[in-house]
Amino acid sequence: MQALYAQLLVGLINGSFYALLSLGLAVIFGMLNIINFAHGALYMMGAFVAYFLLNNDYLSIGYWPALLIAPIIVGIFGMILERTMLQWLTGLDHLYGLLLTFGIALIVQGVFQNYFGSSGLPYAIPDQLKGGMNLGFMFLPIYRGWVVVFSLIVCLGTWFLIEKTRLGGYLRAATENPTLVRAFGINVPRMITLTYGLGVGLAALAGVLSAPINQVRPLMGADLIIVVFAVVVIGGMGSIMGSIITGFALGVIEGMTKYFYPEASNTVVFVLMVLVLLVKPTGLTGRAA
Amino acid sequence: MPETATADAPANTAAGGNILQVRNLEAWYGESHILHGINFDVNAGEVVTLLGRNGAGKTTTLKSIMGIIGKRAGSVKFNNQDIIRTSSDKIARMGIAFCPEERGIFSSLDVRENLLLPPVVRPGGLPLEQIFDLFPNLKERLNSQGTKLSGGEQQMLAIARILRTGASFLMLDEPTEGLAPVIIQQIGHTIARLKKEGFTILLVEQNFRFASTVADRYYVVEHGKIIDGFSNAELAANMDKLHTYLGV
Repeated sequence: MQALYAQLLVGLINGSFYALLSLGLAVIFGMLNIINFAHGALYMMGAFVAYFLLNNDYLSIGYWPALLIAPIIVGIFGMILERTMLQWLTGLDHLYGLLLTFGIALIVQGVFQNYFGSSGLPYAIPDQLKGGMNLGFMFLPIYRGWVVVFSLIVCLGTWFLIEKTRLGGYLRAATENPTLVRAFGINVPRMITLTYGLGVGLAALAGVLSAPINQVRPLMGADLIIVVFAVVVIGGMGSIMGSIITGFALGVIEGMTKYFYPEASNTVVFVLMVLVLLVKPTGLTGRAA
Repeated sequence: MPETATADAPANTAAGGNILQVRNLEAWYGESHILHGINFDVNAGEVVTLLGRNGAGKTTTLKSIMGIIGKRAGSVKFNNQDIIRTSSDKIARMGIAFCPEERGIFSSLDVRENLLLPPVVRPGGLPLEQIFDLFPNLKERLNSQGTKLSGGEQQMLAIARILRTGASFLMLDEPTEGLAPVIIQQIGHTIARLKKEGFTILLVEQNFRFASTVADRYYVVEHGKIIDGFSNAELAANMDKLHTYLGV
């Protein structure tokens, strides 16, 4: 039974990363209509920025400030990408955005691999989150519990921002009819840039959270992003709550499969994706592209 | 038939000065050349109507003034400032508001969110109480999804949301299209009341019977040009010509 709970926890942790990453993808797709294949590379950059901040002799900035600083730095990098490259794809087929971001991902990963190789760099768990708690039915490492709770808070906070605030109203309206929203006096191009920065920042945040668990590797995003795209397809492109719920749910399903039928654990998400595409091609809660 | 309205424009009888001046306005949708040199003026406090058949270029004229057409040329002066190269968000912040033909109600927003969406760009906008006084239906439907409203209610919402912004120059594109006579009457009363409140209105209409109840002056658009213009007082004398222009 302990093994079942342990797999449930692993599933929740993976689900946290799936949710944060698919949420960023959903936000970006909703506003920019771009399938951001660079998301995995930007997630990796978040982890690396945290690593650099900590290991720089002059800075020595630890985990807690890195949770804020790394997403801001990577978010700014994302905004530069949007201003210099992605904005020119407005109105073109999805394929162009997909190819461009795929190319960006390959370049970013290639550069990091060139300098840091393929092996993982260690990133220590902060002192405050070391150790674990015995819950009676299982042993809970505190850091892993923190990742699940913090990810959930960030996901719900992002959902609240988009669905319940005036700024979110602008975003939703601009997703439907950017021309009219701009004619109301709202600077839509700037909003698009900031939205891309927000989506990228969420990926970088997931990277920082992941660093102490998975180590910091140039290909850490490439390994994860394929599963995250399957999660997004199942949840439905552009749906905020759909991507959060599907992210956590699929993490748990994957964890449960590891317990009940380990051979299928790596493919269960893709089998579910195929089934959802057959029954509901727009995803469980998504809109047509 | 005059080439442009400037040659034949009716005397400006409104009290206010010239607020909008359009000269040789040209516009394109991709390769299609739609406007071929539009010329007209609007004075402060007036209701001016652009009449014309489908495809004449009336909506394109409004969109060109608002800056939401890809390619345009010529001169559009608002309060003596040329806005032909200004982006639409900046044009809106100068005090021009646009209510599109398709109403542009957002399905992902409820009525309250739709109403509060356009930011206040300058002081002088109508407070919500006054808007609900003009359109009482909206107050009862605040939590409904925007696109769940009836056609008439959606039109009211589309007009209501630009009244909050403080814009003093309103461009209304076919506000009566597809609406029941009783709703058209209500829209007419609203436009008359807005005029009394000091708004300047540029209206696009195919229904000149409706337009005649609210407009001070008319311009007739055909093939992307203004081909005639007259005041409301001259309407009766121009009725035969108007029937020919509009094919009614």
